[in-house]
Amino acid sequence: MSLQLEDIQKLGQLARLRIEPEKVPDLVAKLSGILSFVDQLKAADTEAVAPMAHPLDRTQRLRPDTVTESDRHELYQENSASVERGLYLVPKVIE
Amino acid sequence: MHRHTLAESAAALAAGSISSLELTRHYLDRIERLDGRLNSYITVTAERALEQAREADRRIARGEKAPLLGVPIAHKDIFCTAGVRTTCGSRMLDGFVSPYDATLVERLERAGAVMLGKTNMDEFAMGSSSETSFFGPVRNPWNLDCVPGGSSGGSAAAVAAGLCAAATGTDTGGSIRQPAALAGLTGLKPTYGRISRYGMIAFASSLDHGGSLTRTAEDAALMLGAMAGFDERDSTSLDEPVPDYAAEIGKPLGAVTIGVPEGFFDDGLDAANASAVRDAITVLEKLGADCKPVELPNIHLSVPTYYVVAPAEASSNLARYDGIRFGHRTSAPVADLNDFYMRNRGEGFGDEVQRRILTGTYVLSSGYYDAYYIKAQKARRLISRDYAEAFAKVDFIAGPTTPTPAFRLGQKTSDPVEMYLNDIYTIGADLAGLPAISIPCGFVGGLPVGLQLVGPHLSEGPLLRLAHHFQRATDWHARFPAEFD
Repeated sequence: MSLQLEDIQKLGQLARLRIEPEKVPDLVAKLSGILSFVDQLKAADTEAVAPMAHPLDRTQRLRPDTVTESDRHELYQENSASVERGLYLVPKVIE
Repeated sequence: MHRHTLAESAAALAAGSISSLELTRHYLDRIERLDGRLNSYITVTAERALEQAREADRRIARGEKAPLLGVPIAHKDIFCTAGVRTTCGSRMLDGFVSPYDATLVERLERAGAVMLGKTNMDEFAMGSSSETSFFGPVRNPWNLDCVPGGSSGGSAAAVAAGLCAAATGTDTGGSIRQPAALAGLTGLKPTYGRISRYGMIAFASSLDHGGSLTRTAEDAALMLGAMAGFDERDSTSLDEPVPDYAAEIGKPLGAVTIGVPEGFFDDGLDAANASAVRDAITVLEKLGADCKPVELPNIHLSVPTYYVVAPAEASSNLARYDGIRFGHRTSAPVADLNDFYMRNRGEGFGDEVQRRILTGTYVLSSGYYDAYYIKAQKARRLISRDYAEAFAKVDFIAGPTTPTPAFRLGQKTSDPVEMYLNDIYTIGADLAGLPAISIPCGFVGGLPVGLQLVGPHLSEGPLLRLAHHFQRATDWHARFPAEFD
């Protein structure tokens, strides 16, 4: 599988990653290399094999629907670059 | 003092022949003097360590008993530590101070361990050389021109050089066992779910395992006993009883059958490495083990399977870093909110992390999901079945941990696929969630070689016992890098 320049910019949009134009050719080469490597999987016979999502094949454990966390937003918001009156601030944008 | 094992230090502390304050000061002094050569720590928490050491000494004086009371250890910087910077080796989290402790951190503290600091690592644990850290590469104490392996390379270098008594690590594709092999240590990754993932920064949730890097299997048993057990805060935590691992290892070995996957000993394995591993298997035979060939017919699919599943899960997990609630924020002018997210993430994540996010986004995107992601999940089941079939015939599987000893810094950074192949022998146990350990079994050109032992689910006790018996018959684990003695 080989990627094109425009594929990288589209993936960047989907992943919300700004990719500087000068980095695109290297990314095209490296991601194409990774995808051709994983293409080995195509040769595997997986007919009638169920996909495996959990290494021990256990299912999701559920807990009672009760409140277990207390409100600690002030502590959590200490990690934000910009907070005012309990709200997260982002740069002003006029569209 | 720094050459002591964790078990020896714990015993000396309990007997009162040394205080935790003396031992902690000794390690802090060594970090100060020697870590400039290794870059194994991102953050040293000296004041907190001295405070914890004084508290441990008070507890010892009161006659309290706890398995790790007063022993200085280090945490991989992927584990959240309340009030302490937690970076995951990334610019994205450079200024992040965790509001809470990981369950593993909390449990080790409860067992009496003193935290010296947070160790360096590949960014978001994505790497096999500890070269992708935003905080610079880590060096191998056995040869400073070489990498210590990764992603838990800071933990490996710190333990190997005597800059802590033991360290925590995480293993998603080999990130505990591969650096343990390259640094001459014992690296244990238990069964998936045995150690809580709560507060362990997520990379690939169905593959992430917590564990330890120590000098010996006995130390690994002590660490595991303190860390293991059910945690309601981790939805995939196993609700299974925790055996007394320290007691388990002391038992006689008994009759054990060990399978050797002959397919591992092909052209991809360095000849000198292969010979050290073969010699180790002979030692296991002398200990009474019945060793015989075993087949893992789909194991060649493990690396490609991993490089679909892990990036897919990573691209989802790392979607949380938007730079608004926490994490790196751009100072460049932005056009709109989307541009703001894209700049924060584009500046905050390094090249390898970006490649993994983009690969994951690709394999999960419409039109490719079945061909890549579902296909890989099916291959994952084939690989797991191979192990289950092998464990119907043998108790353990033994083989190499890595294809070569430690390689030079920069040697494999230009080709991601070449770097990925370092984990060819370790990834299978992550995909199948099996307990696995790497122990030192020789040296090639002055660099350590690792023997990997893998067991069925929840067989950590017998696995550690086998490793312990091997270490009683050999002294590879007791070697120490001369430059740091």
